[in-house]
Amino acid sequence: MRYSALALLSNAISGNRGWAPAWRKAEPKSTDYDIIIVGGGGHGLATAFYLAEVHGITNVAVIDKSYLGSGNVGRNTTIVRSNYLIPPNTAFYEHSMKLWEGLSQELNFNCMVSQRGVLNVLHSDGQRNAYARRGNAMRLAGVDAELLDREQVRELIPFADFDNARFPIRGALLQRRGGTVRHDAVAWGYARAADARGVDIIEHCEVTGIKVENGAVRGVETTRGFIGARKVGLAVAGNSSRVAALAGLRLPIESHVLQAFVTEGLKPLIDNVVTFGAGHFYVSQSDKGGLVFGGDLDGYNSYAQRGNLPVAEDVIEGGLALFPNLARLRMLRNWGGVVDMSMDGSPIIDKTDIRGLYFNGGWCYGGFKATPASGHSFAHLIARDEPPDLIRAYKLDRFKAGAMIDEKGMGAQPNLH
Amino acid sequence: MRIKCPYCGERDAQEFAYLGAADLARPDPEAEDASDAFYEYAYLRDNPAGILAELWYHVAGCHAWLRVERDTRSHVIHAVAYASALSEAGD
Amino acid sequence: MTSAARESEPFRLPQGGLIDRDQAVGFSFDGRTYRGHQGDTLASALLANGVHLVGRSFKYHRPRGIFTAGAEEPNALVELRRGARQEPNILATVAELYDGLDAQSQNRWPSLAFDVQSVNSVLSPFLTAGFYYKTFMWPPALWTKLYEPMIRRSAGLGRASLDPDPDHYEKASAHCDVLVIGSGPAGLMAALTAARAGARVILAEQDFRFGGRLLSERLSIDGAPALDWAEAAIAELKSLDNVRLMPRTSVFGVYDQGTYGAVERVNDHVALPPAHQPRQRGWRIMARHAVLASGAIERGVAFGDNDRPGVMLASAVRSYVNRFGLAPGKRAVVFTTGDDGWSTAHDLAAAGVEVAAVVDTRAATPSQGHPWRVIPGAVVEHASGGHRLRAVTVRQKIGATSEIPCDLLAVANGWNPSLHLTCHLGGRPNWDEGIEAFVPGTLPPGMNVAGAAGGHLTLAEALADGARLGAGAAAKAGFNLPLPPLPVVDRTESAGVEPHWRVKGGKGKAFVDLQNDVTVKDIELATREGYSAVEHLKRYTTLGMATDQGKTANVTGLAILAEIAGRSVPEIGTTMFRPPYTAVSFGAIAGHHRGKEFRPTRLPPSHVWAEEQGAVFVEAGLWLRAQYFPKPGDKGIDASIAREVETVRSAVGVCDVSTLGKIDVQGPDAAAFLDRVYINKLSTLVVGKARYGLMLREDGIVLDDGTVARLGPEHYVTTTTTAMAARVFQHLEFCHQVLWPELDVSLASITDQWAQYSIAGPRCRDVLRKLVDPAFDISDSAVPFMGAVELTVCGGLEARLFRVSFSGERAFELAVPALYGDAAMRALMDAGAEFGITPYGTEALGVMRIEKGHAGGPEVNGQTTAADLGLGKMMSTQKDFVGRVLAGRPAFAAPDRPALVGVKPVDPSKRLAAGAHFIPLGHPARVEHDQGHLTSVAWSPSLEHDVGIGFLALGRERIGERIRAVDLLRGRDIECEVVSPVFIDPSGERTRG
Repeated sequence: MRYSALALLSNAISGNRGWAPAWRKAEPKSTDYDIIIVGGGGHGLATAFYLAEVHGITNVAVIDKSYLGSGNVGRNTTIVRSNYLIPPNTAFYEHSMKLWEGLSQELNFNCMVSQRGVLNVLHSDGQRNAYARRGNAMRLAGVDAELLDREQVRELIPFADFDNARFPIRGALLQRRGGTVRHDAVAWGYARAADARGVDIIEHCEVTGIKVENGAVRGVETTRGFIGARKVGLAVAGNSSRVAALAGLRLPIESHVLQAFVTEGLKPLIDNVVTFGAGHFYVSQSDKGGLVFGGDLDGYNSYAQRGNLPVAEDVIEGGLALFPNLARLRMLRNWGGVVDMSMDGSPIIDKTDIRGLYFNGGWCYGGFKATPASGHSFAHLIARDEPPDLIRAYKLDRFKAGAMIDEKGMGAQPNLH
Repeated sequence: MRIKCPYCGERDAQEFAYLGAADLARPDPEAEDASDAFYEYAYLRDNPAGILAELWYHVAGCHAWLRVERDTRSHVIHAVAYASALSEAGD
Repeated sequence: MTSAARESEPFRLPQGGLIDRDQAVGFSFDGRTYRGHQGDTLASALLANGVHLVGRSFKYHRPRGIFTAGAEEPNALVELRRGARQEPNILATVAELYDGLDAQSQNRWPSLAFDVQSVNSVLSPFLTAGFYYKTFMWPPALWTKLYEPMIRRSAGLGRASLDPDPDHYEKASAHCDVLVIGSGPAGLMAALTAARAGARVILAEQDFRFGGRLLSERLSIDGAPALDWAEAAIAELKSLDNVRLMPRTSVFGVYDQGTYGAVERVNDHVALPPAHQPRQRGWRIMARHAVLASGAIERGVAFGDNDRPGVMLASAVRSYVNRFGLAPGKRAVVFTTGDDGWSTAHDLAAAGVEVAAVVDTRAATPSQGHPWRVIPGAVVEHASGGHRLRAVTVRQKIGATSEIPCDLLAVANGWNPSLHLTCHLGGRPNWDEGIEAFVPGTLPPGMNVAGAAGGHLTLAEALADGARLGAGAAAKAGFNLPLPPLPVVDRTESAGVEPHWRVKGGKGKAFVDLQNDVTVKDIELATREGYSAVEHLKRYTTLGMATDQGKTANVTGLAILAEIAGRSVPEIGTTMFRPPYTAVSFGAIAGHHRGKEFRPTRLPPSHVWAEEQGAVFVEAGLWLRAQYFPKPGDKGIDASIAREVETVRSAVGVCDVSTLGKIDVQGPDAAAFLDRVYINKLSTLVVGKARYGLMLREDGIVLDDGTVARLGPEHYVTTTTTAMAARVFQHLEFCHQVLWPELDVSLASITDQWAQYSIAGPRCRDVLRKLVDPAFDISDSAVPFMGAVELTVCGGLEARLFRVSFSGERAFELAVPALYGDAAMRALMDAGAEFGITPYGTEALGVMRIEKGHAGGPEVNGQTTAADLGLGKMMSTQKDFVGRVLAGRPAFAAPDRPALVGVKPVDPSKRLAAGAHFIPLGHPARVEHDQGHLTSVAWSPSLEHDVGIGFLALGRERIGERIRAVDLLRGRDIECEVVSPVFIDPSGERTRG
């Protein structure tokens, strides 16, 4: 059923009994799929949607070891932005931003795309120069960016610490088109739209092996039996190394835990997405009123989906350094996601040495905002066996050539990115 | 998380800096395949969900580099040793 | 008593309870003043005054009352205090009453009794779970302009203050053998047993009073009221030196290796914290073992309009009657699915409250002989009333319904163990068929669970668990004592329950999650739409995501989901419990790390002196450095900087460069070691000389630069940049300890041990000559350019003198022990007075380094190679070094890599800005024409125009070419000439001469 105000109205009258499942609980087919996408998160579901929508390929299965959207698409802090410095990143994330801007209508599922502006507060001349370089890179690439002075920042966040800060606020980089998107809705919206186009979404189906014959992929072994396909795409960020190892691949990736937090619901307080430039803290207020915030990685390899106190303290200290009025607010819930940290902080979308096996991962903490562009590009790569120009830099072997895409300049030490 | 430093005793992990997998042996720079070996050394990781040998540096303590065996699923630590001793022993 | 008006407490019982009847306390709620007592919570004091309507729900703005008597409260949330101390979403059931307490209801407009948005309740057929995902999409423009702002405006419950919190917070750490969490019978017994054995025990209790459920129940131990036993236990614990009692302390999280997070509400029970005391204290407790004795939370039943104020958990009713000595109503009905509700009926009757009926879902009810009507095999299907419960509709098994007028409904439907903390490290609970509840599954290492938290709901079990686990934990810590005889419990309790999760057929809304207004219908809808995985249900309906995190809702919701799906609860699964158990203030977690104390401030040795000079300071990482030294007559910052630069270039200046990292490298293999970590050869450096050094990361990118001085055959001193000091030292220790432990070399960071001053300018030697002891020759022949010597100054003070220059002028860096840093700066200034010496700050330092084209932080930014910086030739071909192999990768040799160049505006009056990008003349400012960017810019007083350095594609081949520096952000497009990055004295005569 098409979602609309009218549908809500007619259902309200009939006791809301007319709604159908958003997606079928598909069972694996015994015949081959054209394409199997491993990973029913945002990227995997988006890939399936665009395979069907753009490339007309609908004999597709998305398989996930747990429930749909159980990974990082449902654990992130919902921020979308395209304020990147290095041209391949700027172009890629801007493509994603453009897809976000029409996504609710395209999926017929309101993903609550909220372009409330992303404000990167800066605290020194050096930081201003670096942000100016970045903002200009964005503008050259056709992305909106503004450099604000201290008083302009004060207009946006008057309750920030302008008087007693250890690291005074000296300005900010603002991307007005950046903002937030309701994360679960993205997974559900893509799932529903892909399902409607014939894609099988198979939940609770864990890949236990990748079958390769003569250097080409043949399908996947799963907890629900063998599922055949000549093309398999991996979109399992967080667990990329584990799944790729099933095909004998060793990746330039470490799995790290990134914590996120939310406060109790509050009346509207913080209008934008705000990042603190002298520590690790970023925040936005959800449509339910909670301040959703986060900061740095815990800094050690982990698959535990939880972190430790020191990072929580570091993040909240940063929050109070920026907003001293938050001291009496309370952290309500704290969780962790396992992220693929690549060796230069930028993602990988590429073929592998195994014919028909495609890889999508290394999203670091930037995976959510990339979801539409990632799915769009990955679908293109798999469907045509050829990367679109947009992702040519995101090669798996770029480190071998020395062609890193290192926004932060931290080198091959993932916990510093 | 707390790490039992062999010199300082048990301390919170926040006293330590993390490097990653404990690949103690730097490849031979003179070898024929040095560039491939260094690429793998610098960039590729096993990244297991399970026990990982990794390097931690006691930055707010004795400045020792430690090799820690830790389960990446549970954060349970099984062993801690000086990296220098293991490296010198050719481990 | 400070409040003006006084009213009686019409619902306070004439006697009983644990409140201090001699200590009356005045407070206000929504502007009306009331009286309560010491020992009350805000909720109990409101109930004593007959106030039941205290809040509005999140979505439908339904009138809400007080549902519980503890931290699980979903409804009774208020704003507490005013102004900068205003706190939203405070649980009235937990807030301790104090004189002058000022609370307001929230999420209502214009008033609690008349809330316009309660119209949402009427619209509820449209506002089903997830309705917003299905609409507000057309036309797209309206989403941004209308729908989204509307949704966001209706967000949230309470209001945050906009002012900085004036209160203080502390962080503290504690270590113990046994941490006992909760002080009910299980916790007290565990703490006593472990403490008697000699273990170091911490007993943490979230309530302000120890005792747990014993405070609220009429039970007996050893033939006396159970409370007597509890008091004795607490007194004994207080008398033991190895016990720390922590009331008002919530253990909110479990972390790795026995770390527990806790928050102590030190002064939330008074109007203002006393002077020098924190409001709250955030604890990190390191415990070898923990006994979780956190009790259990009773659960309700989903029936029609079960949210009416006056509908309460049966255990909460007992708390209000027995602990707080008040009657939560005049005429009560008890709705129970087990024996527990009967205790409430007994306690109400004993307190003189009329019990109109006990409605028991079970056909067989406990023994006869009660004064009240018993309706077995029946359910309450609807509660009527508006701001207060008026009557309940009871449906008997045969289907007949009857209405029973009442103003209080006590609901008992079994208990959910408070096992949240057992899940914080990933443990999953198990379903216990006996009590139809989740009980702890895999436990965090070192933790055991006692009493009701472990699903052992009776007093006898709690005491037995506590004794056994307390002794066990102590024994594991090395303290053995035989188990003491257990106290005798002389009442046979029964935890028998046949839970009834929802009542079908009643009219009205059957709420599962009260705060978030999630109803049974929402769960049905979510199931119909396929959101039937537990996590999907939670996220789609928002079940369990309110401030109470579903403490009274989650299990009920799951059970209803299981019923709908025709499966068992364990097949459906459970959601993950995450920290914190109860919400924790930011303040308690940050402690004193706020405001100016957010991070430590490092002060260089001349700081006090610089303050005396009126210097302006700037943050440089953790350091606070003198940015410039304004003088009377300077026309603004630019003039001060220009004056400092001109003085250095014409006479002499002094700058504190102590913030540079300094590393002492000693040992027979010191030279070999440095050869391996720097790209250039340092083993060939002769004693008494220094050399510029550059080091790479193993990936071939520049890590840092600095000088390396050889003070002896086996002794080097190196410097790093200020920003990279810690990372470089760590890197060198890595190289030494991990890569080449066989090298006999020792490293020591001496950054803080030596004060270091740059004395720069043509007269620098004249100044130094006056300080350096006469025995030492510092002439050009003795200390030539890049000379490095040890000598004494000021009559015997050990010092090091390096003839290095960052400014491009003839210059020395003088190092003295840090404690003499202040004196040395004063001596330098005195000695330099006759030569016109000026102190200069980081700004002038920056100007001069840009004029000289020296790479700094913006250039050595982790993205650049030695060749990018124009230093490719420094890479030795005669040795291996860190980064050499990977610096040979193809992309490092790409011909179009941007290289460091200088630029100057063709029109010297134009100003450059760092961060501008280079665009060729005649091309649009678009990314495909982006050829690099300006990294550093300064106005050169010597050249009287702006100079800039930056990276330009094929830069070194383009000297003399014109390029634009385009700064779209600030609307500048400046035509520049590409020049050598060395603007001043390219031959280096001034430096060397």
